[in-house]
Amino acid sequence: MKYRFTTSASVLAIIASSAVPVSAQDYTRFGIEQDLPGTCSYAATDAKDYSGRTLNIITHAIPVIGEPTALHAEQFAELTGAEVNVVHVPFGDLFQRIMIPFQSEQNAYDVMFYPSLWIGDFSRFLANVPEAYVNSTGMMDVTPSFTGVATWNGEMIQYPMDGDRHYLKFRTDVFDNVDVQAKYLADTGNQLTVPATWEEYNQIAAYFNASDWDGDGELNYGSAEVAKRDDLMFSAFISRAAPYAKHPDVQGGFFFDLETMEPLINTPGFVRGLELFIEAQASFPPGGTNFGLGDEIFSFGGGQTLMSYSWDDAYIQANQEDSRIRNMVAAAPLPGASEVWNRATGAWDTFETPNRAPYMTWGWSSAVSSMSEEQEMGFDFLCFFSNEANAEHDMQIGRFGVNPYRNSHFDVDYWKGQGWADKTAQTYVTTLSEMEESQNRVFDLRVPGVSQFMSSMANGVAEAMAGQKTAQEALDDVAKEWSEITDRIGKERLRDAYANVVTLEDNEG
Amino acid sequence: MLSSKHFFLLPAFLTLVAIILFPLLFTIRVSFSSWDVFQSGLDYIGGKNYGRVFADERFWKSLGRLSLLSLISVSLQYTLGFALALAVWKQVRGGRFLRVLFLIPMMTTPVVMSVIWRTVFHESLGPANDILGMFGVGAVPWLSSATGAFISVLIVEVWQWTPFMFLLLLAGLVSLPREPYLAAAIDGAGTWRTFWQVTFPLMAPITIGALIIRLIEASKIMDTVYVLTSGGPGTATETSSYYIYIRGLRDFQIGYSAALSLVYLVIMIVSLTVIAKLLLRLLVGKVG
Repeated sequence: MKYRFTTSASVLAIIASSAVPVSAQDYTRFGIEQDLPGTCSYAATDAKDYSGRTLNIITHAIPVIGEPTALHAEQFAELTGAEVNVVHVPFGDLFQRIMIPFQSEQNAYDVMFYPSLWIGDFSRFLANVPEAYVNSTGMMDVTPSFTGVATWNGEMIQYPMDGDRHYLKFRTDVFDNVDVQAKYLADTGNQLTVPATWEEYNQIAAYFNASDWDGDGELNYGSAEVAKRDDLMFSAFISRAAPYAKHPDVQGGFFFDLETMEPLINTPGFVRGLELFIEAQASFPPGGTNFGLGDEIFSFGGGQTLMSYSWDDAYIQANQEDSRIRNMVAAAPLPGASEVWNRATGAWDTFETPNRAPYMTWGWSSAVSSMSEEQEMGFDFLCFFSNEANAEHDMQIGRFGVNPYRNSHFDVDYWKGQGWADKTAQTYVTTLSEMEESQNRVFDLRVPGVSQFMSSMANGVAEAMAGQKTAQEALDDVAKEWSEITDRIGKERLRDAYANVVTLEDNEG
Repeated sequence: MLSSKHFFLLPAFLTLVAIILFPLLFTIRVSFSSWDVFQSGLDYIGGKNYGRVFADERFWKSLGRLSLLSLISVSLQYTLGFALALAVWKQVRGGRFLRVLFLIPMMTTPVVMSVIWRTVFHESLGPANDILGMFGVGAVPWLSSATGAFISVLIVEVWQWTPFMFLLLLAGLVSLPREPYLAAAIDGAGTWRTFWQVTFPLMAPITIGALIIRLIEASKIMDTVYVLTSGGPGTATETSSYYIYIRGLRDFQIGYSAALSLVYLVIMIVSLTVIAKLLLRLLVGKVG
């Protein structure tokens, strides 16, 4: 780990301008191992004086993002002399607490932390990130995906401080167990391998469901998934539907046809994804159909289930020092699909190697209000928040919700330095870094009114999962509602915004 | 003609305008606008939002669900509350302690209690299924089946608000005159007959008040649903207020949610007035 830190520091020091202060003072009292050189290091921030000035910040409730915001705000205040006020808001209220002051032209907050998919709604109220920060050491190390997520119409308007994506997590003590492999082969006629398609995922989950395969006297289950309607379930559904609906040879939109702005949400690829989601419920733990993100983290991270997929939290939880399944888990890309709906030809295409469509699942971002009179201090704070030492520190604490988003974060040695086994660290880093290289990624629907679209989709999916409608009926109703939302918002306005998403998905950005 | 004495009414009048009239009038105005995430001005779109409300199947279903939930939960709260009040009304050992104990659920924050109940109903880790398991009952899908989730919300509502009924009804019992009971005793009426012929009729005005207050409160149920089930599974526990919350604060359809709120308000005023009249006719025998 020390070696890695030294290497990173050396590289960044070269990249950075000659004005980057080198840490000479001891800043370990702030909880970091050491200050790392960079544009907004502790030493550089310490040199600034914002005495008598006030910075107002709105962020999520503690702990996810809220806790690091409070921590770094306090540090920033101590270093610069600024008065920093932090308002913590629960997720359900965050959007309107930011949007209402924006719409009523009140300069309520200088800095905002929020889910990055709201960029389509907030873009007109955000200040462009100044060149000095775009060229900062931290920013230059951000991966192209997350630079893209922060960019709108060619301008960077969000300040990256987190990198999120969905990927598969599974138990290696089961998948790598020779006896279990032999039994699985004998019982099913198939090799026990990490699922390459969602059909395989469901089959494996069903096979291992409701049996005590870890021998602790408690029943274990096949799959833990975020299935609670208003608790980020929309992201789980997108992960499942993506490989069936995102054809690598068809460009011009995943959720909508960019040309016509017709919704694609009820096309056969999405329907297949939903049918498999419904089928998977049989392999959830008791109450699993009502699992929110917290439950999913607890279920997989606590050793109850064989497989899961979502953000990093469950993986980090599973590998914490006090975890009974530490280093018994590994990461893999999300399962794919052997048949992919081709909307250009209106037919299913068969793929010998399953089609993968990695989902770059929103994640947190930050920005400075264009109405703020303290924009410079705001960007300084965000630069400090995400400086090299703070980013390293925050990623180690699962509840903070800060996940790898810089090239330097994809370092196996760093994660092994946290006590992770070789396979646990290697698969994690490989999975995450390969998503960066994929040419068939799916991004969130980052358009004005995204909450309306996602809320409608989540409701339709939930109705189908509860058996109130068939998958096709539910998604037909969602498509109808999406068309109504499109009409209300305006086709052209949506198309302009959606073009930003398609640019990323079609690798044109 | 205005005289100086009218100025003494001014503070009360201004307060009324500030806290009731202005928000109501503003909501009415907003309901005729397309105020949304992409349109912040108070433009005028006529009755479009109201047209949407009447065609919004999800809203009407949530209203039906809310009505069922309110009627069942308030009936249970009344029955249990009355039974508890009668039990504590007469001098019983530890009566004071019991009164305080009964009030605890009502004094706790609904959101906090819902979180605790969600843990209780957790199907893998919660104590509810563990306890049932001791009696040989299999795991109950408390929150993952439509019926289970509906019953779970009902249980939390009854648990939390029965003490309110208890409190009101106990206050009513304590204030009842002694003479009718003496007369009933002289006539040789037993406990059961005294209850139906004396206590229940005398309690009718308080019963009506308590039921109406609880129905008003129950019709606004939101926090329990939000924490416990988020309206699911599917839409099995989605109530009108939770649906309006989704449209207004999650989807940021301010104009539309204002129209939903006003339609909902009118329905509540009308239906609660009808219920109050029916209760008066049923329990007191006259229309007020």
